[in-house]
Amino acid sequence: MTKLLALLAIFAALFCAPLVIGSEFWLNTVLLALYAALLGQAWNILGGYGGQFSFGHALFFGVGAYSVAVLQVELGLSAWLGLVVGGALAAVVAVIVGFLTARYGLRGSYFALVTLAFAEVFRILSNSVSWTGAGEGILIPLDQRLAALQFPDTASAYWALWAITLACFLAVWRLERSRFGARLMAVRDNEDAAAAIGVDAMQVKLGAMALSGLFMGLAGVFYAQKFLYLDPAIAFGPEKSVEALLVPIVGGIGTLFGPLLGAFALHGVAEIARETMGDAPGLNMIVYGTILVCMVLFLPRGLAGLGKHVRRAFRA
Amino acid sequence: MLEVTGLSRAFGGLKAVDGVSLTVPEGRIVSLIGPNGAGKTTCFALITGFHRPDEGRVVFRGRDITGWKPHRIAALGMVRTFQIVQPFAGQTVRENIAVGAHMHLRERDAALAKAEEVADAVGLGDRLGVDAADLTVAGRKRLEVARALATDPKLLLLDEVMAGLNPSEIRDVIPVIRAIRDRGVTILLIEHVMQAVMELSEHTWVLNQGRLIAEGPPRDVARDGQVIAAYLGPGMAERLAHA
Ligand SMILES: Nc1ncnc2c1ncn2[C@@H]1O[C@H](COP(=O)(O)OP(=O)(O)O)[C@@H](O)[C@H]1O
Ligand SMILES: [Mg+2]
Repeated sequence: MTKLLALLAIFAALFCAPLVIGSEFWLNTVLLALYAALLGQAWNILGGYGGQFSFGHALFFGVGAYSVAVLQVELGLSAWLGLVVGGALAAVVAVIVGFLTARYGLRGSYFALVTLAFAEVFRILSNSVSWTGAGEGILIPLDQRLAALQFPDTASAYWALWAITLACFLAVWRLERSRFGARLMAVRDNEDAAAAIGVDAMQVKLGAMALSGLFMGLAGVFYAQKFLYLDPAIAFGPEKSVEALLVPIVGGIGTLFGPLLGAFALHGVAEIARETMGDAPGLNMIVYGTILVCMVLFLPRGLAGLGKHVRRAFRA
Repeated sequence: MLEVTGLSRAFGGLKAVDGVSLTVPEGRIVSLIGPNGAGKTTCFALITGFHRPDEGRVVFRGRDITGWKPHRIAALGMVRTFQIVQPFAGQTVRENIAVGAHMHLRERDAALAKAEEVADAVGLGDRLGVDAADLTVAGRKRLEVARALATDPKLLLLDEVMAGLNPSEIRDVIPVIRAIRDRGVTILLIEHVMQAVMELSEHTWVLNQGRLIAEGPPRDVARDGQVIAAYLGPGMAERLAHA
């Protein structure tokens, strides 16, 4: 219960960000951090709670983003419909990937590589078919009305993102105290032992894929509607996948607050790096890579794990 | 309750289990014994769906479950434990047991309450909040039993739950197993500790090199020359016979 209260308090504070932050630049920074927290939590459902490390979460992001874009641009349908279709389609694609990998018993690094390969295949496909705009990308026409699911200013975009992210975090809060979550973590920790006491590993893995894919897809929809432009590298490129997995690894994998911690820590560091070293291209990736190596070496349980260490040290 | 007929499984050239047939009646404690490498654990794996048999049939509660997935067999009421314990490390004792309790209980609170009740029954009641990875060997063995028991099984297959325990720990576990049977759970156990087999089980099968070589009440079986030979080598059997 205290966990839920803490979660709601944090999100209440986050809700107020546009009201108290005067600078457009800083609001945008907070928005990007919150957006990273969403990506990270979506990945965390599968990677942290399910123990399946995906290197290709951009796949579901891209499916969501392209769904909403193509539906509007090619078919002239509403962006709101695109929101539903984008989330649903991303979940379906995730279930298909989950089924194929589970069917062939791909775990660990094989699972990681296959998800990466799937994302790459979709990147190449979206680069070559015409209705995605191919290599030139796809431009969503500007129409800043609520009916078109577009945002007249940073604050309204921020609140839309806030709502999706809150839904994602509440889903994970619920997951932690549900039968589905208990089974998912059991399969993560020991698949044979879980099966012996009646857990259908395939079923829970597909459930986690669907939920993870859904929120990743919704993140993609948000991205498309905020920036109104997509190309294959943005949607399906490995950078998105790396960001999604880096955030919870830094913050604390398999924990509710880990992705939030990780997202704000990473964006804090990225801002400082930009301030001190300038805006050199690729700098972000170098900083991220260094952080990743340090985390794996020194803090394998992330910042949330550090908190536990400190508390234990105080008690001792 | 359980009927196994002609069960066989080979690994490469090695016939690990070779034509095993046995019938477990409801409400009893029965056992499967035999020297190391005899194929006992493989038998359990075949019966509970972890390995597919090359030949043979498994019928449980009137249904042919040969080739079923382990989780479906567990849901039908037959649950095994692992000789090499498989805790969900990083989760507490309570959480470990609750996974089993969730088989029939959807609600988290109900499953956690049931986990506490089962923990009490197997003597883990004072370690509910302990990380499963931090338990002693004896504690982990009990956790294996508790997790299985929490699913409310009809038939429990216990694989060497006393191996690695000291004599006083063994004395503590024996009444726990008997109490489980008294709750209406049929038990088939694999055991090396002969004292436990003698005290607990009413009927035993002896496996050697994949084949059943004897069966009957444990006391009679222990006097069987073939069985002694299997355990101690043929020379010892003769010497015992002459003594
Ligand atoms: N998965 C496996 N692959 C190959 N050989 C196995 C496998 N499992 C068991 N065996 C072999 O089968 C034989 C029986 O093993 P096991 O059933 O574990 O015996 P027990 O439980 O009676 O000690 C042993 O020789 C063992 O090495
Ligand atoms: Mg064995």
